Order: sequence, then structure tokens, then C-alpha cells
Amino acid sequence: MSGANRISGWGRLTPAKTARFTFDGKSYTALEGDTVASALLANGVHLLGRSFKYHRPRGILTAGPEEPNALLDVSRDAARRQPNVRATVQEVFDGMVTSSQNRWPSLALDIGAVNDLMSPFFAAGFYYKTFMWPKKAWEKVYEPFIRKAAGLGEAPKEEDPDHYAGRYAHTDVLVVGAGVAGLSAALAAAKSGAKVMLVDEQPEVGGALHYDTGVKINGKDGFTWAQETAAELKAMDNVTVLSRTTAFGYYNHNMIALCERVTDHKAKPGKNEPRERLWQVRAKRVILATGQIERHMVFENNDRPGVMLASAGRTFLNHFGVAVGQKVGIYTAHDSAYEAAFDLKRAGISVPAIVDSREKPGEAVLAQARAMGIEVLTGHAVLTVGGKLRVNSMTVGRHAGSATRKIAIDALLVSAGWTPSVHLFSQSRGKLRWDAETQRFLPGTYAQDSLSVGACNGTDDLQATIEEALAAGELMAKAAGAEGNGKIEITGEAPFSWTGGMIGAAEGAGPDTTVKAFIDFQHDVCAKDIRLAVREGMQSIEHIKRFTTNGMASDQGKLSNMHGLAIAAEMLGKDIPQVGLTTFRQPYTPVTFGTIINHSRGDLFDPARKTPIHPWAVAKGAEFEDVGNWKRAWYYAKPGEDMHAAVARECKTVRDVAGIFDASTLGKIEVVGPDAAKFLNLMYTNAWDTLKPGKCRYGIMTREDGFIYDDGVVGRMAEDRFHVTTTTGGAPRVLQHMEDYLQTEFPDLKVWLTSTTEQWAVIAVQGPKAREIIAPLVEGIDISNEAFPHMSVAEGKICGVPTRLFRMSFTGELGFEINVPADYGQAVWEAVWARAEPMGACPYGTETMHVLRAEKGYIIVGQDTDGTVTPDDASLNWAVSKKKPDFVGIRGLKRPDLVAPGRKQLVGLLTKDPNGVLEEGAQVVADPNEPKPMTMLGHVTSSYWSSNCGRSIAMALIADGKNRNGKTLYVPMADRTIAVEVVTDMVFFDKEGGRLNV
Amino acid sequence: MLLIYCPYCEEERNELEFRNGGDAHIARPTNIADITDEEFEEYFFIRQNPKGLIYERWRHVHGCGKFFNAARDTVSDRFYLSYKAGEPKPDPATFLNNGNESALNKDKGASK
Repeated sequence: MSGANRISGWGRLTPAKTARFTFDGKSYTALEGDTVASALLANGVHLLGRSFKYHRPRGILTAGPEEPNALLDVSRDAARRQPNVRATVQEVFDGMVTSSQNRWPSLALDIGAVNDLMSPFFAAGFYYKTFMWPKKAWEKVYEPFIRKAAGLGEAPKEEDPDHYAGRYAHTDVLVVGAGVAGLSAALAAAKSGAKVMLVDEQPEVGGALHYDTGVKINGKDGFTWAQETAAELKAMDNVTVLSRTTAFGYYNHNMIALCERVTDHKAKPGKNEPRERLWQVRAKRVILATGQIERHMVFENNDRPGVMLASAGRTFLNHFGVAVGQKVGIYTAHDSAYEAAFDLKRAGISVPAIVDSREKPGEAVLAQARAMGIEVLTGHAVLTVGGKLRVNSMTVGRHAGSATRKIAIDALLVSAGWTPSVHLFSQSRGKLRWDAETQRFLPGTYAQDSLSVGACNGTDDLQATIEEALAAGELMAKAAGAEGNGKIEITGEAPFSWTGGMIGAAEGAGPDTTVKAFIDFQHDVCAKDIRLAVREGMQSIEHIKRFTTNGMASDQGKLSNMHGLAIAAEMLGKDIPQVGLTTFRQPYTPVTFGTIINHSRGDLFDPARKTPIHPWAVAKGAEFEDVGNWKRAWYYAKPGEDMHAAVARECKTVRDVAGIFDASTLGKIEVVGPDAAKFLNLMYTNAWDTLKPGKCRYGIMTREDGFIYDDGVVGRMAEDRFHVTTTTGGAPRVLQHMEDYLQTEFPDLKVWLTSTTEQWAVIAVQGPKAREIIAPLVEGIDISNEAFPHMSVAEGKICGVPTRLFRMSFTGELGFEINVPADYGQAVWEAVWARAEPMGACPYGTETMHVLRAEKGYIIVGQDTDGTVTPDDASLNWAVSKKKPDFVGIRGLKRPDLVAPGRKQLVGLLTKDPNGVLEEGAQVVADPNEPKPMTMLGHVTSSYWSSNCGRSIAMALIADGKNRNGKTLYVPMADRTIAVEVVTDMVFFDKEGGRLNV
Repeated sequence: MLLIYCPYCEEERNELEFRNGGDAHIARPTNIADITDEEFEEYFFIRQNPKGLIYERWRHVHGCGKFFNAARDTVSDRFYLSYKAGEPKPDPATFLNNGNESALNKDKGASK
């Protein structure tokens, strides 16, 4: 048996197909197709959780995605667990484990419920006001306490073992929502020949037809018509129908994000099935048929388990065959709830009374109620309900203080009317308009190529909805280029047309009361909290929202926003549109991180770039560091060595013997054309027309503002051809920068730029024995010092493959950089290593490269400069041509601030204690005894232990640094203050540079 | 996610393929070395950041690599048209108030 409250012969589920699941450790039987909510209700379980702030007992309020209360922890196994799952959306599968949240020690007896008694102290804005003082207590006491209490549910700690998929789609017409309107629109668009996507968040199409069983379409039961129509659509080649798929975001230019739940309803998901799939759909036209959401009545204790929306009660009865109670009261301000009473009565459920806040309900429903013998109390209110863990009575009167009557019930269905679902329209940046007559916001001015149809457009009548949707389907298909005939006719009949509706607090919860009449169930916001916010001076709805947290929970105020707005408007004495509406934001319903990132996790999160020599470095046990997306060999530790020892050894070996270094990651741009030199003259501060083919030069690139942007060695291969190198991280932006000027400022120059970063593998051989190492391998280039001096470049062969051989050095030693086509990189590297190893040379990594260059005072752009450093600040003025009429940065360099004295300048720092190594980033001051905040002169940019110098060395950007040569400054650290001496000459090793030219 | 028409590739492509390049039609002074501080300030630093129509540069960086210009509404993100770098700044009267169609509605050859 699938629950005592399952009514035989009612609903659409098949009694033979059952599934077992547990809730808080107790096992229940459900029917296939049940949601957790319907299955628990069938078993008489109404208490599902405790509220966020007051820990009040809470049940099931809705039957759909708007559910604010019934949030459960749902798991498939230990690692597949998700908190805050809406019980009204989650379908039961066999073996599912669910549990309630926010309660201890148990759901029925929850210690935290003391908050409900203490609630006078937890009024809106409580946290803002209470935890302000003393200031120190915030960090130590308040914050840890609040953080512990905050948050609903517990996030899983294990890595998510499921996989998620992503897909892009293009379509002519996307229809969101597969109720009467969406199905009609999709059918018309599809018959017109357009490519159509129809998406709906529920397992089956039908929308309101799930509960609205009185409706007939084309003479058939509405729900049956919906399924047949969906089948017809699915059979068409030009149509895609997606169920269990939520359109959660409407973005620019008709880009809609969908979340398709693929396996969350299956007991045994297929091995290769993703759990969820993110669809990014670009639609030529969008039709929004998102329907409407029923509002609850705002009265005292309206949050008691057993109080639920009338449409939810109808859904549980008519679709799931579940009675939400045996004595069900109705409290409404809208005709639609009467139909709930009729349905219940027909199913044999007792309906003690319909309480209607209006004096004049719709005549047709009133007559029907009387004909069915249901008592209707018009002009009455439910002033409060009794029962804590489940409603057991309602107290009914004309108004507070009038004669009241207590009526025994075990469930109460409520309706304050309907709020059109304009979320997606609003996300599309459409402007809403206030319809004063029906008291609702409706789509006004469209910002994108979309149309709203049916209930979400304020169209109430069934036939009018159908016709509006058919016309929209045809119109949008044609606008998207379809040329077929989409004319179809559909007729719909509804037993009653509905009127009525109210927004705000009902009788008995007005401004003169302090009762707990909830508007936002998930964040425990009552009508009185909104009023308090207004009394505290909040005028804007955005402020009221933040002060009270109304509408800020994961349901985004689907039920509460209009009530909150109406209460605020009443307090402020303004009309609703004057108070305004808070912004609707994506996502419409919560979306898992898995869906959003889908394939972009693990190795696929970010691509790793590896050089051709990478496998060799891995085999040699190198540690790697990330430089941009590149994996660079950091250091090669020998057994027993730590990083410090390895780097000290590598540094020493390079200067004593030689080292080989993988420089393949350097950015490389081939600059070719008759105007190549002219172009480089404009892009770099240096002069390039004077550089002879076969020579190379260190160049500095500044931006128009005069600050250093990049640097690198440029070789002139021929009159019209340059081999430009950039920093590893700077390659893409340097190319972009060059392309920008070439295409937009100097388009007449005949120059072509090609990125060749990955075409060349680069092997740097540095050290006294560098020439001896490579000499036998090189063909066609005389590499003697006389024929091939420092800063030369030549083309020839090495190991039989073509090479561009540079004589250059970033270490201060005799050095060569061997460029070979990337495919030969590892082979040439191994050949070089076979020569180098017996001579006592070593491979070295980026850390040693950094130390060696610092010993020579060579800067690293981005480490020693930060985008506010000029060539002069870095003592690189020698590289700025004084003769050129123009280059990018020429004017910027003359700006008053850039030529003013006292700028931060790059200088060397020597610690008074040669063994002390400064921390990079540490601040430098002149007076260590100055009271805080101290005057900061600058910071340490590079700092290393130099085994070659036998002491620590550092570089720093220091205000007026060049005038502080020999001065003592201080680096205050947490535990001590370090004295340093400023040296304006940053060359710490081989000051004469003799080692370069051997 | 914007849909941007590249006047070189002659088709609309996803925003992911492009990079914005700031305001368009700001020419680098040919005598830049000689301009005053005020002129440099005007050229390099001062931008209008308009609410509404903006002429801006884009580069089809993950496509043809070309820079081009576009007229866009900064409020609605609607693109009125895009055109090749070097072409004159189009007169708003020629493309504004062309009905309520957005870039998606228009002829693919909007810029031609």
C-alpha cells in the first residue's frame, strides 16, 4: 500500500508500480511518478522540516518549484547527497534516502525552536543592530555563532562522483513552459515549419492541467490532450521536447540557459548518463508560457504544517491521488480555490467550510458550492489556526474581536490569487507594467525578441490563452523565417472563469497586530517585519528587502514578493508601482554547481600547456610551477636535496660549468614585411632600423601612458624579418597590442604578425662551457666569439635540423639560445644534454633562472614592474631612443608625474646581515620607530639567496630610490625589523660583464 | 551572452570569440610627441561612458583576428550595426528608430 491517504481510483499514477524510500530513517512506499512530497502526504506525513530562523515546524506548502518550506536532504549513496532539495520537485526513486534539516535532536522535538519563543528579540534587522558592539566581540563571539546557526542543510564534503554534460543549441523558436499556452504555441510554430524547442520543468507536460481537471480541450480531458500534443510534437523532425528541464536564465540576445535533470529520478542511472545537462540555447525567437504561481493567505500561524496552496491540494489529489487531509478547510480570496473544494468533495473528503475574505465571490462557483452542500462563509477570515506539528483547527470570524468560530480541520487550502511568472521576461530586461485593475505586474515593454502568452501575460480565459498562443507561435515562426502554414484551431472549455485575488495581510494580521503571519516562509519574514522596516525608515523596496531578507532565500520570493510589496506600499501610503519591484535575477530555481561547470572540472578545468621538453623534465623528476597555463620546470632536485639546496647547486653549476634550460615558453612573434623595422620602431622604445641583420637587441615596450608593458630580445633575421620574443605570460597581450596598432593606427604599414610561440622549442645553454657543449652539434654557423659575438643571431643547422641560433644571455654567462622546430625540441635537447652531462653541467629550472638574472640585475616584467614603472624608474633609460620622432609611449613618458622627482624607482637592497633573505612583497620604511601607520617607501620585488655572491640579494621599488644610494632602510616584519642598505647599482655579480663576452 | 556581427567574417558569432577594445573613433594624434598635457589627457584618459548609444571597438580575437567597430546601446545591449575599422563613424540617424528590432531580427548583412 502506498499510503493511507491514497484514494483508490484517483490520480494518474499506476498503483502496481511502487518504489521504497526512507525519510528520517523510516521507510515508506511510494508510487512511481510520486514526488517526495506526494509520497509523504500519502503516508500522512505533513511535518517535513524546521524553519530557518525560528525553527518552526514546517510542512509542504506547494506542489511545485516555488516550494519554500519542504527542503530535504536527498541522497543516493554516501557521496551522492544534496541538501535543500524541494520535496515537491524531487521524484521518488527506489532506494532513495531523505532527511529533514535544521532540527536537533529530532524533527518533532527541536531544541532550536526556543528561537520561536525568543522571536521578539529576533525581529527584522536584529543582526544588523545587535552585533555592532563591542567591536572585538564580532570576530571572536558573534561571527562564529552566527555562522554556525546560519545556512540550511549541510553541504556534502565528498567530491561529486557524478558527471555533468553541456550542450549548445540553436533554434528558431524556443517555447518555455508546456502548459496549454506553451503546447499551443509550439504546435503552431512547428506546423509553420520552424525549428522548435519546447521545454518544461516537470516530468510531464501539462502545467496547470495537472490539477485543473475540469478543463476540456478539443473535447478531451485537458491532461490527455496535453500528452497527445506532446507526442505529436515529439514525432516531428523539427521539434525537440525536453521535460524535467528548467529554463533558469534569460541572457542577452535570446540566449537561454536550461538545466535538464537527466537521472535524478532514476533508481539506476545508466553508466554513461550525466546527472544533469546544461543547455545554452540561442533562439531566434522566444515564447514565454511560464504560467502563474498561486499566493498564500497572510494570517496568524499560516505556516503550520497542513496549510497549503489550493492548487497544491488539487495537484496532490487529481494527479497523485493523494488526499492532503480528511477534513479540509478552504481559505481564499479567489474563485480558483473553490474548485479545490469541489474536487475534494467529489473524492469523498469532508470540506467543513470555504472561508472567503470577499463579500462577493464569483457567482458560478458560489452556486456550485451551495449545490454541493459546502458551507461558504463570505466576508470572513481565518484569524488563526491551531495545532503545532499539524493544523487541527481554524478560528473563523468577520474580523478580530468579532464573534469567532473554531472549526476542526486537518488541512487548510489557501489562495490569495495568482502572480504571473514574469521572471524570465524580467531577466530579459523587459519592463514590467502594473495592471491596476487586476493588481499584478505584467510584461510591458520587450527588450528582446520574445513574447509572453497565457497566464504569465495576464490572459486568464482559456480560449483567449489558446488563441493568443497559437497566434504567437505562428508569428514567431514566421519572424524566424519559417514559411509554412501554421494555422490550427484548438478549442478549450473551462467549467468556471475565475475572479478575485488580494495582496498583503489578511484580516487579523493588519498593522494593528503583532501576530506571526508569514509572507516569506523560507526566511521567516512576517507581515510585521515589513512594517517594522518601514518604521525604521526604509523607503525603497530594495532596502526593505535587505533589512528583512524578504525574498532573499533560494525561492527568491516566488510567493512572498507581492505580499511584501503590498504591505510596504500600505505602510508607506503609496501605490504599489511607486514602491517598485525588486530585480528578478537568474537562476529561476537553484542550479547545481555541477550543471554550471559541467565538463570544466579536473583536467578539463583549464588547459595545461606543456613544452616539447616537458616529458624529459618529468622523467628527470623536476618540480613544476605554473606560469600562466604553462607548466615550467621549477628546479631539478637530486635525491636528498630540498628546493633550496637544488637551486643553490644549479646556480653554482651554471656559473662554474654550464646549465641547460627550457625556454620554450617564451612568447615569440614573427614580424615580417617591408615596414617591419618601422613598425617595431613604433612599438618599442628602442631604435630598430639601426639593428643589422644577424644581430639582436633587448627591447622595451611601453604603453601609450609610458609604463613598461613588456620586454624581450628581438633578433633581426633579414631586412624585412624580425624574431621578436616576449615574456612567457605576455605573449597574447603583446600580439593583441601590436595587432591593435597595426590594424587601427598604422594600417598603411606593410607588416604581418604571426604568433610562433609554439612553433619553436627553445633550449638555453648558459655558462663558461656553453660553446664547447654545442659546438660539435652546430652546422653552418661559426660560433666563435669573434664571428658570433654576444647579441648575434644566425640561421643554420643543429643536429641536422634547422635552427635559429641566438647568442644571448639571461644569466650573465656566455650563452646560446637554440631555437628549433618544436617537433625536434626533445631530440635536440637530449643531444645537447648528452654533451653537457659528462662535462658536469646541469639542467636548471625557472627558480635558478630567476636567481641568476637577479644576480645580474635583469628585471622581470610583472615581478619587478607592476604597470606603474617607467623605463627610467627601472634604470633602463638607455633603451629609450632619444632620436625617434614617435613610438607608443613617447608622449606618456613626458607626463608631469612621470618626470617628477621622488618616484618609486627600482634599486638593489643588501641586508646588513648577509644571511638574511627578505620576503618578496615586504614593505620598506625609513624610520622603524615611526608610530603606525608607518610611511611606506616601497616594497621588495625580488629577493633570493645567491650562492654565487655568498649572500642574499634583493631588488625593491623605493620612493626616490636612486637618491638613497648607501642609505639604510628598514623592512619591518611581524617578529623583527631587518636593516638593509640601498644600492642603486643592481648588478650584484660580474659588474664588468666580462663573462658575457668570452 | 552577446551575439556579435563580424563585418569581416560577415556573420554573427558568440561573444566568447570577441574581445572588447573600448571606445571607437579616438584617433591617436599624428603629432603625439608634441601635444600638450591637456590634449594628451583628452586623448588618453577622458571617456564619456554613455548611457545609451556607444561606438566601440571589438576584435574577433578567436576568429579572423580583425578589429572592427560597432554601435551598441549600453542599456539594452542591442547592436545597431558593426563596420570595419577605418570606415567613418555612421550617422545615428541612419540606424536609430529603425523599428523595434534588435540585432537578431535584422538582416545578417546589417553592416553592408
